[in-house]
Amino acid sequence: MKKVYARPAYCMNCHLCEVNCIVAHSRSHDVFRAYKRENLRGTGRVIVEEKLPLSVAVQCRHCTDPACVAGCISGAMVKDPATGIVYCQEDKCVGCWTCVASCPFGAIRPGEKNGRPLPLKCDLCREEGEPACVAGCPNRALVFEERRAGA
Amino acid sequence: MPTLSLMPPEFSVLRDENKCIKCLACARQCGFDAQKYDAEDDRLYTIDANCVNCQRCVSICPVGALTIYKNPPPMRPNAYWSEGHLRNIIKQAETGGVLLTGMGNDQPFPSYFDRLLLNASQVTNPSIDPLREPMELRTYLGSRTEPVTLQEGQDEKTRTPLVPLETPIMFSAMSYGSISHEAFESLARAAKEFGTMFNTGEGGLPEDLYQYADHAVVQVASGRFGVHTGYLNAGRIIEIKIGQGAKPGIGGHLPGEKINAAVSATRMIPEGTDALSPAPHHDIYSIEDLKQLVFTLKEATRYQKPVSVKVSAVHNVAAIASGIARAGADIITVDGFRGGTGAAPTMIRDHVGIPIELAIAAVDQRLREEGIRNQVSLVAAGGFRSSADVVKAIALGADAVYIGTAALIALGCHLCQKCYTGKCSWGIATQDPYKTRRLNPEIGAERLYNLLRGWSHEIKEMLGGMGINSIESLRGNRLHLRGVGLNEVELKLLGVKHAGEAI
Amino acid sequence: MLREGDYRIPSGCAISGFINKDGSRIDGSSIIQSIALMQERSNGLGGGFAAYGIYPEYKDYYALHLLFEDKISRNQVEELIKDNFYIEAEDRIPTRHVRAISKAPLLWRYFVTPRVSKIHESQETEENFMTQLVMRINAQVNGAYVVSSGKNMGAFKGVGYPEDIGEFFRLDEYQAYSWIAHGRFPTNTPGWWGGAHPFTLLDWSVVHNGEVSSYGANRRFLEMYDYKITLQTDTEVIAYAVDLLVRRHKLPLELAARVLAAPFWQEIDRLPARERDLYTRLRVVYGSLLLNGPFSIIVGFSGGIMALNDRLKLRPLVAASKGNTLYVASEEAAIREICPEVEEVWYPRGGEPVIGRLEEEAQCRLSA
Repeated sequence: MKKVYARPAYCMNCHLCEVNCIVAHSRSHDVFRAYKRENLRGTGRVIVEEKLPLSVAVQCRHCTDPACVAGCISGAMVKDPATGIVYCQEDKCVGCWTCVASCPFGAIRPGEKNGRPLPLKCDLCREEGEPACVAGCPNRALVFEERRAGA
Repeated sequence: MPTLSLMPPEFSVLRDENKCIKCLACARQCGFDAQKYDAEDDRLYTIDANCVNCQRCVSICPVGALTIYKNPPPMRPNAYWSEGHLRNIIKQAETGGVLLTGMGNDQPFPSYFDRLLLNASQVTNPSIDPLREPMELRTYLGSRTEPVTLQEGQDEKTRTPLVPLETPIMFSAMSYGSISHEAFESLARAAKEFGTMFNTGEGGLPEDLYQYADHAVVQVASGRFGVHTGYLNAGRIIEIKIGQGAKPGIGGHLPGEKINAAVSATRMIPEGTDALSPAPHHDIYSIEDLKQLVFTLKEATRYQKPVSVKVSAVHNVAAIASGIARAGADIITVDGFRGGTGAAPTMIRDHVGIPIELAIAAVDQRLREEGIRNQVSLVAAGGFRSSADVVKAIALGADAVYIGTAALIALGCHLCQKCYTGKCSWGIATQDPYKTRRLNPEIGAERLYNLLRGWSHEIKEMLGGMGINSIESLRGNRLHLRGVGLNEVELKLLGVKHAGEAI
Repeated sequence: MLREGDYRIPSGCAISGFINKDGSRIDGSSIIQSIALMQERSNGLGGGFAAYGIYPEYKDYYALHLLFEDKISRNQVEELIKDNFYIEAEDRIPTRHVRAISKAPLLWRYFVTPRVSKIHESQETEENFMTQLVMRINAQVNGAYVVSSGKNMGAFKGVGYPEDIGEFFRLDEYQAYSWIAHGRFPTNTPGWWGGAHPFTLLDWSVVHNGEVSSYGANRRFLEMYDYKITLQTDTEVIAYAVDLLVRRHKLPLELAARVLAAPFWQEIDRLPARERDLYTRLRVVYGSLLLNGPFSIIVGFSGGIMALNDRLKLRPLVAASKGNTLYVASEEAAIREICPEVEEVWYPRGGEPVIGRLEEEAQCRLSA
């Protein structure tokens, strides 16, 4: 499946992937509303990890056999058999954060939406063509592509 | 002991708090510590005194919250004592040093390009539409052997191959070390993809970029950095750098901080040491010495590489060029006083040399008067801002031009002139690994390719308008130029008539 | 008013020419008839002819056709000529009164041979000596102009419609194996006979329809080889370019044509290696002689004619043949006017020269 891959050589630590992710996952899809009305600052589903000068954007790897799906106690976390995307069915989540604890990449963070618990994780912008982080990366440090296993 | 600095900030950074989402991109990207974030108070603020107006924060801000303003002059307006003079004096009073700067001469000297206009066909001959008819920009650099004879392989043993360019625009000499590997690679890739040349500058060619060597002009400068037989034979053209338009008569100084492991390996000097290029070549104190080096390089490459000699445009450039041609060079490169640099003393950059337009006209005319124009190619460099400048230079007599500043602008440079600090926020004139990664060579090469493509297309349109479908019919064709607002001496030197005069 | 040469006058034009390859000579009435048919293409401000094989009795002498605006210039030139040449014969060029032709200059011709001592003194070949002298007269003697200077050939030109000029010069009384003609449509009023076509140098004569946008580049290149450009016309530059390439640099005429109307790089790139190398060298070395812009030309020379179009074919040029005769002209009608039963008519492609030469036997007979 097509996944988001980081190219650390070109990651310049601007964190605009986080901004674009937040806007894409906001109600308004508007940067000012997302930050100033919806208060979504810090809720990016992609996180830039820094060890300067190196930095790299990290997000869900959409594993073949995802530990988060296996561990989910409410059946909220699923892997779409058609697309391979691992995502959370928001209405089923009970906020136990087993997914957060079980993710080997630390790509899930606890969050909330409208007073309900919500794991913050990449869903590859399911409804869009290209994930917002990739589309908005100013240095092509993120790519969305199909790679062979082990490649 | 520190005293009160009299240097007021030149710029102010204004942040529109209504727009700012505190994503901190500005603080992370500023190369000069002008943008700061106070985590404790969750507050972004600026240190205006550090701002060089490189526009990196403005460009990266996703919400357009930043504007940089030029502060009013810190003095009562004075037409004679300009703000620049004042700042320079204050800086020197505080440091006692030689003023340094980067990029090209920014002073308001007249630009002859802006006083020249081009011709177009009307009625008596048709203009040509480049979208419908072939329009040729291919240019060959090197020495021409005449007359052409029909014998097969005519004097092939003594004939140095000519080098084709698909457009008469090359990338100027910018050394690895003065610019980042990423910027260097961008230039190399774009040159190869477009079918033109880039110039290694005086810092050698990094091992991993030898794949682009057949599009490289490999430079041999007074410091001889990175010069070895492999390097000479890998390049397509060899260039002996005598001078540079931004600092005629001055050598180079690349500070040790820019000499990292990779630069050190390429330049063949120890890591962390300053790379000092002497002002003259210490084996060239006269024209006959130059001849020896020209032929040494030719011998080293078995006469397979045209040799270029690059000089700054100075007062006697025509005679110098004639000497260079007679010393056996195949290409003469003249760099005008607007040419850029990674570092130069401000006074030298701003006050030495002559405009490239006059230099081209003088050199071309002199070589023709001596009947040796066809023996050499004439390449002009130094401040080409648009395709129109290129067309005018070729009409004045150049075969091709080098673009340096324009290429860097395409890569992101905003002409803040702080290259010599090594802090470039755009990842161009720096070796700081945190910054060099900002320039993805894949994107850089694309942007440079686009620039060449755009300019080349414009040149074709201008040629077509003149009723010409090949660039060689423009070369030295000064009848297609007219001067505006030039005095008689200037018109005579440029070899053009005034606008309004008929042919 | 400024004279042609002081400024540049773009022109539109008619051209016509033919050669009898068997060397048979015919009088000038048919070339007049041909060029007259294209009167539309000219406007009465210039017409001229060049004819080859017209002076068999003086074939070893340079035939200098000169025009003088006054006696002073004539005296000056005669002094120069006497200084440098033996004069075998001289006379006023015969003319007849034609109502449309007025204000003719003094027209003289001299059959001369250069003094050997003078050639030695110049340290040049005989031909270079000749060309330099001709250019010296044109550039330095005010009011004098060398209309032609070749052997066994002559040019006749002036201000007027070509048919009137032909009548004026009594061309029906000359016998030539090849004739070329020109009717001019200048975009200005040149009151001077020297500016009409053909332009000549030694045996070369050129008539030309078009405006060469590369003029400045061509001119400055030729000036490097000591050509003195006096007329500011494309025609002059074309004649010098042919002279440089063929006489001085020894290129075959066919290849010289490929310099003046060079193949496009995309064509050169497709050639087999050896030809690609040759054509690349031609373009690289002589690129400044590429004639860029619309033109059709006829070049006359001893023993042949060549017609050539610019590489985009932006001006008309037709060729035709019948028996031993090759015709070239701006319009097919101008050929059919004098040869109604042509056997073959074709439209040469841009940049493809049409060359007609005397057959070997005729060449021998004419030079014997």
